[in-house]
Amino acid sequence: MLEVQHLGVNYQGISAVEDVSFCLQPGQIVGVIGPNGAGKSTLVKGILGLVPTASGRVRYRARSLKQQLHSVAYVPQRSAIDWDYPITVERVVLMGRTMHTGWLREHSRRAREIAAAAMERVGIYHLRRRSIGELSGGQQQRVFLARTLAQEAELFFFDEPFVGIDKKTESIMFEVFEELKLQGKILLLITHDLGGALTQCDRLLLLNRKIIAHGSLKEVFTSENIQRAYGDSVLILNQQII
Amino acid sequence: MNWLIEPLTFEFMRHAIATAVLLGILCAVVGTYLIVQRMGLLGDVIAHAVLPGLAIAFFFGVDIYLGAFVSGTLSTFVVTWIESQSRIKVDVAMALVFSGFLALGITLITVLRSKLDLHQFLFGDILGVTTIDIWQTLITTIFVLVLVKLFYKELLFYTFDPLGAQAIGLPVKFIYFGLNAAITLTIIASMQAVGVILVVSLLVGPGITAYMLVKELHQMMVVGAVFGIISSISGMYLSYYLNIPSGAAIVLVVSGLFLLALLFSPHQGILAHRS
Repeated sequence: MLEVQHLGVNYQGISAVEDVSFCLQPGQIVGVIGPNGAGKSTLVKGILGLVPTASGRVRYRARSLKQQLHSVAYVPQRSAIDWDYPITVERVVLMGRTMHTGWLREHSRRAREIAAAAMERVGIYHLRRRSIGELSGGQQQRVFLARTLAQEAELFFFDEPFVGIDKKTESIMFEVFEELKLQGKILLLITHDLGGALTQCDRLLLLNRKIIAHGSLKEVFTSENIQRAYGDSVLILNQQII
Repeated sequence: MNWLIEPLTFEFMRHAIATAVLLGILCAVVGTYLIVQRMGLLGDVIAHAVLPGLAIAFFFGVDIYLGAFVSGTLSTFVVTWIESQSRIKVDVAMALVFSGFLALGITLITVLRSKLDLHQFLFGDILGVTTIDIWQTLITTIFVLVLVKLFYKELLFYTFDPLGAQAIGLPVKFIYFGLNAAITLTIIASMQAVGVILVVSLLVGPGITAYMLVKELHQMMVVGAVFGIISSISGMYLSYYLNIPSGAAIVLVVSGLFLLALLFSPHQGILAHRS
């Protein structure tokens, strides 16, 4: 179980995330939603210790998550990556094996096999020798998905995984998420797309600096909650916010 | 072939060429990390920021290279600190730190009545390198190359996706410090030969030329090192026969090779696209 207790993150003196608490069970997919600037990315960075936290703690299996970062797979937002970096698909996926391989060693044949299987699973094996810059947005997102698979992690954090992807990538991602869920992994997806992706999630967390609502799609998607998070200027039509 | 051999009959030319070749390799490899982190100007910052350390170490009779190392790495921390504590972006932070440290260095040299030669610091004097200097450069080169080889996969992860690297538990602060220390060492090794104004060209020139031609980081290092060697040797010969300053000659060859790659690179060249 992943427990986030009273987490608070300050950004340049301003409180970006305040008193966030929630628990996730193995085999759960949780979607973090909220308006722009609600602190969704900051919350995930705070959970993983990528930014200094002002308060609270994060525990996984009753121990501090910071001691167990090897079980964490994290995919940053597309914009955090330099797609002109001189690197091939295969090398990015192999990064998932960095901690298993250990310091001062080169990746073993086994590591390469695991990376190959991960690339095969998301349909990019034939692209393995390509530069990442030559791929489409969807293929690029699948490279990072393959990296998380190669890592054989227990906790998965995706920051806006559905941005700029095609239908094929979307269906592969949904399949993989479902498989991971069946394997008892915990997945946390940040998304601002309130469409089909949300039906994938077992739970939703509606955030605007604080938790506005937390629960099933039905529980969270009340007009009252949405108004509290997004303000008065939104309309809900078939679960799409306009 | 006599024109090839003639310069080598002079000991100072042999020393200079040996140093230039070593620096061509070292700078190209280390410089690729500056390029892929979009921190090319950090080389310039460190190069100028070593001056206060040089002046203080010289005054107290400590090894000047130690002073330079402390001062150079300190400047990288100051840049990061300013960037993390405020809304100031990295380019402005670098511009401020770079000129601030240089001004402090010039002031210290005057106040401490130092006999440090500012001209030598700025432009270097590759024809004045001694056998000991060559050994120092050789040791620095081997040391840094071995470290790059040993920590290649961690450095690749960190420079490609620093957040992802931190998320899986890699010691990113340590890696950041190590990388900046290696860049500072490289700059100090190059200081005597080409001076601080031109060293940034050796750091980013060969690497970015290679970047136009290959698609992986390690290829960029190897091909960049080859360009570094070619630039060093041909620059020294140009300087010998045309009687122009060696550092400038080397940098002009570096720039010329880059221009050729920019125009004619099969994938990324400007002219290749047109046809």
